[in-house]
Amino acid sequence: MDERRLREVALTPDEYRVIVEQLKRAPNELELGMLGVLWSEHCSYKSSKALLRRLPSTGAGVVQGPGENAGAVEIGEGWSVVFKIESHNHPSAIEPYQGAATGVGGIIRDVIAMGARPIALLDSLRFGPLPQSSRHFEGVVAGIAGYGNCMGIPTVGGEVYFEDCYASNPLVNAMCVGLVRTDQLMRARAEGAGNYLMLVGADTGRDGIHGASFASVELDESSSERRPAVQVGNPFLEKCLLEACMDLSHTDAVVAIQDLGAAGLTSAVAECAGRVEGAGARLDVGRVPRREQAMTPYDVMLSESQERMLVVVRRGREREVETIFQAWDMTSAVIGEVTDDGQLTVFDGRDQVARVPVGLLTDGAPMRRLVGLPPEPPYGLEVDALPPLADAGATLLRMLASPNLASRRGIFRRYDHMVGDSTVVAPGGDAAMLRVKGTRLGIAVTTDGNGRYCHLDPHLGAQLAVAEAARNIVATGARPVAVTDCLNFANPDRPEVYWELEEAVAGLAYACRALELPVVSGNVSLYNDSGAESAIYPTPVVGMVGVIDDYGKRLGAGLRTEGDFVLLIGSSHNDLGGSEYLKVEHGHVAGRPPALDLTRERAVHRLILSAAQSGYLHSAHDCAEGGMLVALAEACLLGGLGVRCPAIRPERPLRLDAAFFGESPSRFIVSVPSRAMPEMQSLARRHNLELSLLGLAGGDHLEFESQLKVSLTELRDAWEVLVH
Amino acid sequence: MFRLEVAVKFGVVVFPGTWSDRDCGWVIDRVLGQELTYLWHKDSDLKGCDCVILPGGFSYGDYLRTGAIARFAPIMEKVGEFADRGGLVWGICNGFQVLCEAGLLPGALIRNASLEFRCEWTNLLVERTDLPFTTKCSDRDVLRVPIAHGEGSYFADPATLSRIEQRGQVVFRYCDAGGRVIPSANPNGSLHNIAGIVNARGNVLGMMPHPERCAEAELGGTDGLKLFRSAAENALKVLVS
Repeated sequence: MDERRLREVALTPDEYRVIVEQLKRAPNELELGMLGVLWSEHCSYKSSKALLRRLPSTGAGVVQGPGENAGAVEIGEGWSVVFKIESHNHPSAIEPYQGAATGVGGIIRDVIAMGARPIALLDSLRFGPLPQSSRHFEGVVAGIAGYGNCMGIPTVGGEVYFEDCYASNPLVNAMCVGLVRTDQLMRARAEGAGNYLMLVGADTGRDGIHGASFASVELDESSSERRPAVQVGNPFLEKCLLEACMDLSHTDAVVAIQDLGAAGLTSAVAECAGRVEGAGARLDVGRVPRREQAMTPYDVMLSESQERMLVVVRRGREREVETIFQAWDMTSAVIGEVTDDGQLTVFDGRDQVARVPVGLLTDGAPMRRLVGLPPEPPYGLEVDALPPLADAGATLLRMLASPNLASRRGIFRRYDHMVGDSTVVAPGGDAAMLRVKGTRLGIAVTTDGNGRYCHLDPHLGAQLAVAEAARNIVATGARPVAVTDCLNFANPDRPEVYWELEEAVAGLAYACRALELPVVSGNVSLYNDSGAESAIYPTPVVGMVGVIDDYGKRLGAGLRTEGDFVLLIGSSHNDLGGSEYLKVEHGHVAGRPPALDLTRERAVHRLILSAAQSGYLHSAHDCAEGGMLVALAEACLLGGLGVRCPAIRPERPLRLDAAFFGESPSRFIVSVPSRAMPEMQSLARRHNLELSLLGLAGGDHLEFESQLKVSLTELRDAWEVLVH
Repeated sequence: MFRLEVAVKFGVVVFPGTWSDRDCGWVIDRVLGQELTYLWHKDSDLKGCDCVILPGGFSYGDYLRTGAIARFAPIMEKVGEFADRGGLVWGICNGFQVLCEAGLLPGALIRNASLEFRCEWTNLLVERTDLPFTTKCSDRDVLRVPIAHGEGSYFADPATLSRIEQRGQVVFRYCDAGGRVIPSANPNGSLHNIAGIVNARGNVLGMMPHPERCAEAELGGTDGLKLFRSAAENALKVLVS
C-alpha cells in the first residue's frame, strides 16, 4: 500500500496490516477512508482509551455513563440532566468563527440525540496573550455567540485564560446541558433488523471531509490549507432540527437518534449499530440528499456537513418522520436499514461499494501502547527569595486587570444568557444556575481547569480542577453531582506528553472518587501542538453539574447587606506556586501547585451547604486564581458593596503576599448577618475548619486598615479592562 | 373593578427560528394564568385570539435582513387584518423587527452601534401610560427589562422620526436607573434612545427589550408583568370597542 495514501487517511502501515488481516483482503478506497476516519484518534481514542477506563463512571443517579452521545444523571421529580463537553480546537485554530460555531452545534446535537432539550451552553477557552491572539479570541467568541444566540439556548458559563502556550493552538471546549424526563431518555442504538435508517436535516455536501483525521495530527504551516476540512455552521437549520427532533421524541415511531459529527455518516451508522450486539446496517449513498453535484460514495460517507441526524425508525412509520420534518421545511430520506449481519454494507444504487464489519470500524483500531516519561522536573520556586509585598493596593489593581482575572462581562453580554426564562444565577459569579420549570429544582453548571497547575504537576493540577469546579457549584448552594471532562493535550507520541496524560487522568480519577463524582461523558483532544516548542500545557477541563432541591435557597457571590460579617472559611498557606500573583508580579510560572487535601475539601463543601440550607449565608464566593484578596474584590464588585477590615497579621510562616494572593484551595469568602455568627462558629468547629473574620461589609472601598484602601470605582476600572 | 370572567386568549406566533415563543407562553400560561395558543407561521387563522404576540428569535435565520422574510408568512396577512380591526399586536425583539418590515410600524432596526450582540439589563422610561399595553405602569415609570439583540438600533428618517415624536408614538426610551434619558444609557445606538414605539392608533406595539424575561422575581425582576397584565386587562375592551 502506498504510504502517502495511508498518511492521507491517517493510518499507519501496522494498522493497514491489521485491516487486511481482518478483512482477509485489501480494503478498497472507500473502505480505507471509512476505517481511516473511525480509527483516527478523535474517533477511536486509541491512545487514551485504556487510561479513560480509570475514571469512575458509576454512582447513585447515573442513568447513562460514557459510550453514548452524552451522559445523564437523574436529579429528582422524574427529571434527568444530560450533558457533555467536547473540543473543537483544531478547526478553531484555522477558522476561529466557524470552528467555534460548529463546535457548539455539534455538542448541542449530542444532547438532542438523547431526547433532551438543551437548556444551557458553556465554553472553556484558552488563547495566546492579547492583543496578539485577538483574531482567535474575537473570532471564537463571535462564533459561539453567532451559533448559540440563534439557537435560543442560553450560554451561561465557561472560562477563558490567556497563556503563551496557546498562541498557535487555542482551545475551544463547548459543553451543552439538556433536560429530559428520565423515562423519555433515548439511546442511539440501532435496534431491530428491518427498521429504517433515515437521514434528516441538512443536505450533504463536500465540507469537512477528513475533519476527524485532521483533528488527530499536529498543526503545521500547511494547516491553513486544511480550511476545507473545517465545516460551516447554519444555526437556523439546527434550530429547526432541534424542534423537529423534539417533536420526533414525542412519537414512538423512532427507535434512536444519532448525531452526525466527526466522520459523518460512517461514524453515525457504525456507532449506532456497534451499540447493539450483532447489528449491522445496509445503506445506499444514492439516496442521501446532496447539495453538490457529482459526489462520490467516498464524499458522501466521509462528509462532515453539519446539522444532520441519523434516525432509526420503526419500519412502516417513516411517513410520520417525514411529516414532522416537512412541517419544518427540512429534508428527510430513508437511506437504508438495520440488519443483523454485523456488517456495514454500502451501496451506490445497485452496486455494493463497501462492506466492513461494524466491530472492525468501532473497536478494531489497535490500541496504541505509548510510553510515558516524566519530563525534567519543573522549575522550583524559592518562596523565601521573593521580595515582600510592597503595595498591596497597587498589586491588587494590577491583578484585577490581568486578562486571566478580569471581568468576563464584555464576553458574556455578547451571549444570550437569559433566553429560556430559567437562568436564576447569571454568569459572572461562580457557577451559573438554571431552574427546572415547574419544580423547585435548580441545576448549577460550571467548567474549570488550570493549565498552569497541570504543567507544573499534572496529577495535582487535575485534582485541583475537580475541586475548583466542585467549589464553584457549592458556592451557589448546590451539591456537585457529576462530571464531564475534556482532555486537551499535546502530541502523546512524545513520552513526556503521554506521561502528562497518564498523570492528569489519574489525578482526575483520584479526585472524582474522593468527592464521589462519576464522570459520565467526555472527550479527548490530542496533538494540540505544532512541534515540541509550541506544545500546550496539559489542560484537562472539568465540566460539572450540581443540584439544589430548592433554588429559592441559592446563593450569589456578591456582598449584598451592609453590616454583614465577611468571613474566610478554610486555611491559607504559602501557596504561591503556579499562582497568578507569581506570573503578574514576578513574571514566573514556577513552583508546585497548592497542596490539596480532599478530605478537608469535602468538609468545606459540607459546611457551606449546611450553612446555606439553614439560611445563614447572604453570599458565598470561592477563592480561586488570585487568592483571597481578588475573591474579596470580586465579592465587593459583584454586590456593589465595599468591605472594611482590620489589618491582616499573618502568623509565621505565612507571608503577607500569600495571605492576600496565595491560591490555597478549599476556601470560601462568605457573608453572614451578625446574628448567624455563633452558628457559623459552631459549624466550623464541627467540621474542624478554620474560620476567620475578615471584616464588615459596607461603604464603597475595599480596605484593610493601614495595608490598602481602594475605591470600588478604581477596582471596577481595573477589573473591566476587557469590557470595551 | 370586576374580575374577568373569561381568560384573555393570547396567540404567540411561531416562525421557524423563533425562540421567545416558549418564554412568552410560560408567562401567559403559568405566571398570568391566561389562555395561550401558538400560531404557526404557515397557518392563516388566528384561532380567535384577543392579543397576538410576535416573539423574539431569528425568524428564518434572519439571513436576509431581520424580519424581512417573516413578513411574507401566511400568518402575517391575518395579523395585519387583525391590527386593522384594532386588535392588540405586540412585537418583542424579532417581532418588532418583523412589524417594521411589514409596515405595521414606522422605521427600522439596524445593527447595534457596538456591532456586537448585547444581552444585559436596561432601564426603560415609560412615556405613554394610556395604551392598552401600559395602563398598569405609573406616569414616567422606569422599568428594568433585559435586552438581547444584535440589531436593535432604532432608525427612521428625520421626517418619520419627528412625526412619531410629535404624535407621542414613542412608548419606551432607554434611560438610567433614575429615569434620565442619556447617551450612556443607550445600549445600541437607537435614535432618541427609542426602545419601543406604537402605531398611531395605539394597538400595535413594538419593543426590543424582553418583558417576558422579567415576569418573576427569581429571574431578576417583575417589571415585565406590568405590560402583560395591562394587555390582559385591555385586550377584550379593545376588541369590543
